[in-house]
Amino acid sequence: MTFWNNPINFIGYWLNGILTGWHLPAAIASILLYVIGIIVLILFAMTLDIGLVWVERKVVARFQDRLGPNRIGPFGLIQPVADIIKMVIKEDITPDGADKIIYNVAPVLAATSVIVLWAILPLASTIYGVDLNVGLLFIVAAGALGTLAIIMAGWSSNNKYALLGAFRMVSNMISYEIPMVIILLIPTILANTMSVRGITQAQSGMWFAILSPLALLIFLISAIAELGRSPFDLNEAESEIVAGFHIEYTGMKFGWFYAGELLHAFTFGGFIAILFFGGYGGFFGLEKLAVLTWLNIPFVQALVFIAKATFGYWVIMWIKYSVPRIRIDHMLAFNWKFLVPLSLVVLVNTATLNKVLIVLPNWLYVLGMFGSNIVIGYATIEILRAYGRKQRKAEKIPEPQAHTQEQAV
Amino acid sequence: MQNEWLYIGLFFVIGIIVPVVPLVFARLVAPRKPNPVKQSTYECGIETVGESWVQFKAQYYVFALVFLVFDVESVFLFPWALTLKQLPLFVVLEGVLFIGILVAGLVYAWRKGMLEWV
Repeated sequence: MTFWNNPINFIGYWLNGILTGWHLPAAIASILLYVIGIIVLILFAMTLDIGLVWVERKVVARFQDRLGPNRIGPFGLIQPVADIIKMVIKEDITPDGADKIIYNVAPVLAATSVIVLWAILPLASTIYGVDLNVGLLFIVAAGALGTLAIIMAGWSSNNKYALLGAFRMVSNMISYEIPMVIILLIPTILANTMSVRGITQAQSGMWFAILSPLALLIFLISAIAELGRSPFDLNEAESEIVAGFHIEYTGMKFGWFYAGELLHAFTFGGFIAILFFGGYGGFFGLEKLAVLTWLNIPFVQALVFIAKATFGYWVIMWIKYSVPRIRIDHMLAFNWKFLVPLSLVVLVNTATLNKVLIVLPNWLYVLGMFGSNIVIGYATIEILRAYGRKQRKAEKIPEPQAHTQEQAV
Repeated sequence: MQNEWLYIGLFFVIGIIVPVVPLVFARLVAPRKPNPVKQSTYECGIETVGESWVQFKAQYYVFALVFLVFDVESVFLFPWALTLKQLPLFVVLEGVLFIGILVAGLVYAWRKGMLEWV
């Protein structure tokens, strides 16, 4: 074991040697090691978060045809630091009649709910916090905690807009958690484990995104809904309820909601990478080639993981800044009448086909899984189109015509 | 890692401490000049009318009921999904039957018009 193929254990043994050298009991030494490891991991996440503020502002600026921050430092890179200083020295206003304890706990909980997700995030084969055997349920639980923080913030602010935001978040949560949990069953079936690291390792040969592209799509949609980002940002819809649940928050408390949201989006980009794109690995067996063995170095794996997570994060941003907000009744109808039935169909399909096709040679198995998803997707679109036609006929709306150049003018 | 849940517990504690530190720091350096206008409820410039913690029409209570059914169901499905590989096809089809019963419930709610936002 060297530093390069197992850095965490290497440093762990070294520190453990120092601590036991001080005649500390082994139990206290190991707890101290945990604490040091956790602090390093959280500080890494926080540093990343500061970077994300810059990325988010720069990317939204580009989507809206602006330049974005470009004054402080090269390319405005120091901008987030300035933002943080500003937030810390702003006056912290607590509105009259707010439920003070809940009001103050909510932003902390919003940040904590995201930070704890990093406990199970495997950055590389040997760099990870903990390998829980119920990792997927932990993701759902931590997500529910974040929702709870939003509801607490909305309720305790003593503001009608905030309360509306919180109520909308409840409806959001009670619908989109269902397709998400059902879709989390699919990596479980394919990898035969609920451990996040195990799912990553199970994809070393083939990404689950190829075995079940529909699951990826549904997970992406419900992840965006859980994040409360546009088009599902009803809980903070600026044009309707000003800022929704965090309307009364100022200074660093607002800062935690903002930072938490960004890190949450990035973390979910990471989970999309882990569940469907092989996380830190997933090189289709290429890493076994003699010229490419450097892909197994933990630091390279961590870079690969960050790159994949950033891509997922970018897709979430892309959707956020391109798609308008949808109405709440549409949102619920879309979930209950479309996503839930579809995810159940995908689940049944994956469970049965995985059992039936596993006896076939590998390429046929992959082709069968992928093909079945395409068939389901096509059938879904056809059903939707037929339903649309029926409804237009009932309401006597003319069928949409293909626009020619002249009509457009 | 010898003890996973000890690690998770410690992670929670430190995960709470880390966001609290900047808040405490802000408390020390930020100005504090409260006045009644500043602390009034923000409502786009007009004064608030009546109580904020009003009784709200819970339009989604039916959704909450359906949610509960499906959430409990998915918890039952996780062990099923975990052991699929070791079990014969018959058990897979039993699971499908279980999902089918729940789909019937969803169809019932749908037909009854419960899934409409009113």
